[in-house]
Amino acid sequence: MEGRLRILLLSALCAPCLWSATAVAAEGGAEQQVIQPQIDRREVGIDEIDSEDFEISVFGGLLSTEDFGANAVFGARIAYHVSEGVFFEASYGRSTTSESSVERVYGGLPALTDSGRILSYYNVSLGYNLLPGEAFVSRNWAFRTALYVIAGAGATRFAGDDRFTLNFGAGYRFLATDWLALHVDVRDHVFDIDVLGYSKTAHNLETTAGLSIFF
Amino acid sequence: MLLLGGAPAQATEEYALLQVAEPFIELHSGPGVGYPVFHVVDRADFIEVLKRKTDWFKVRTADGKRGWVARAQLEKTLTAGGEGTQLKELAQGDFSQRRWEFGLLGGVFNNAAEISLYGGYAFHPNLSAELSGAQVLGDYSSSYLVNVKLLSQPFPRWRVSPFFSLGGGYLSTRPRTTLVPPEDRNDFTAHVGLGLRAWLSRRFILRAEFNRYITFSSDDNNEEFKEWKAGFAFFF
Repeated sequence: MEGRLRILLLSALCAPCLWSATAVAAEGGAEQQVIQPQIDRREVGIDEIDSEDFEISVFGGLLSTEDFGANAVFGARIAYHVSEGVFFEASYGRSTTSESSVERVYGGLPALTDSGRILSYYNVSLGYNLLPGEAFVSRNWAFRTALYVIAGAGATRFAGDDRFTLNFGAGYRFLATDWLALHVDVRDHVFDIDVLGYSKTAHNLETTAGLSIFF
Repeated sequence: MLLLGGAPAQATEEYALLQVAEPFIELHSGPGVGYPVFHVVDRADFIEVLKRKTDWFKVRTADGKRGWVARAQLEKTLTAGGEGTQLKELAQGDFSQRRWEFGLLGGVFNNAAEISLYGGYAFHPNLSAELSGAQVLGDYSSSYLVNVKLLSQPFPRWRVSPFFSLGGGYLSTRPRTTLVPPEDRNDFTAHVGLGLRAWLSRRFILRAEFNRYITFSSDDNNEEFKEWKAGFAFFF
């Protein structure tokens, strides 16, 4: 009789303990489930890493067309960076040339038609970042820069004809951010021309400033 | 733990999360081997990969430092799930199984300078079709040349792989305006050729080719031309 009473009392006392024990176990399980999906969600594929190897730019400056004056030039470029050193670039530029000194001094008939006076060129070039570096503005503030050399071939349409053109030069790239850069470029465009009555090789120096975006 | 703590603030943008498996990796101040190492991340620490420039990856450490890591070092880290990363570069096998190919070639067409651009698609490792456009710039004329051709590559698995081609096209020639009389000519052409593709590395190919053209002139006076050209190509 006494034994039975004791068991009854004990089980009555222990019931809440059992309840709380199962409750704790359940809570623990719930906690694990809350953390788990959070880790899963942050698994982003390596393939999805955004690469910024293409660079598109617009530029403006001065093009000195031999015999036809130094005139404003505008254009656009697209570049693909193959490695930290090497890049390919395609360019297009356009300039309206002025009268040659022959036309101005001797008057008479103009050497070129209005459409022939517009010079446009395209070229594809290979560039190399010769001197990559950093420009320090203050103790904790620096910008990445690069001095590059570039050379290539293309065609120039001027005075009614397309002329095979070699170009070479150097430039300075200043990266304001990872994706925005400022450029200063100096190029020589070399082609043969026979417009003024004799054939010669013309060197046409171009100085431009540009703004580019990496994507 | 630090990373989990910082997670809610960055929840809007998700980046690949990697755990350093090497004894350490080096963070450079820029994407190039010459930029100084300013920080080192130890083994088992987590980094987030923000972006890529050529072979360099911009990463963010758990305590917010940002720097550039070379691909060779990042290759040996693990994903958050504990697996190896998939940063391995394209191999020669990918070259054999390429689908799209784009390239730029320079050369000589009938003793005049030529610049040409092409795109191709491979239906099969041995067979591909190409479309190309070229400008030929001579002393007395300039021409545009458009071609469609079929290429057969008998040994696609070779690193330096020869090919044979057969195609047709259209040649439009404009003599120099300083010449009299400046008369334009437009002719259909056919050509046969042979060439070589050499896999350089990653997705880059070196290519050289020789073609023999015949133009079907309207004045029944067919002409033959030779073309040599070489250049670079990319494949995808």
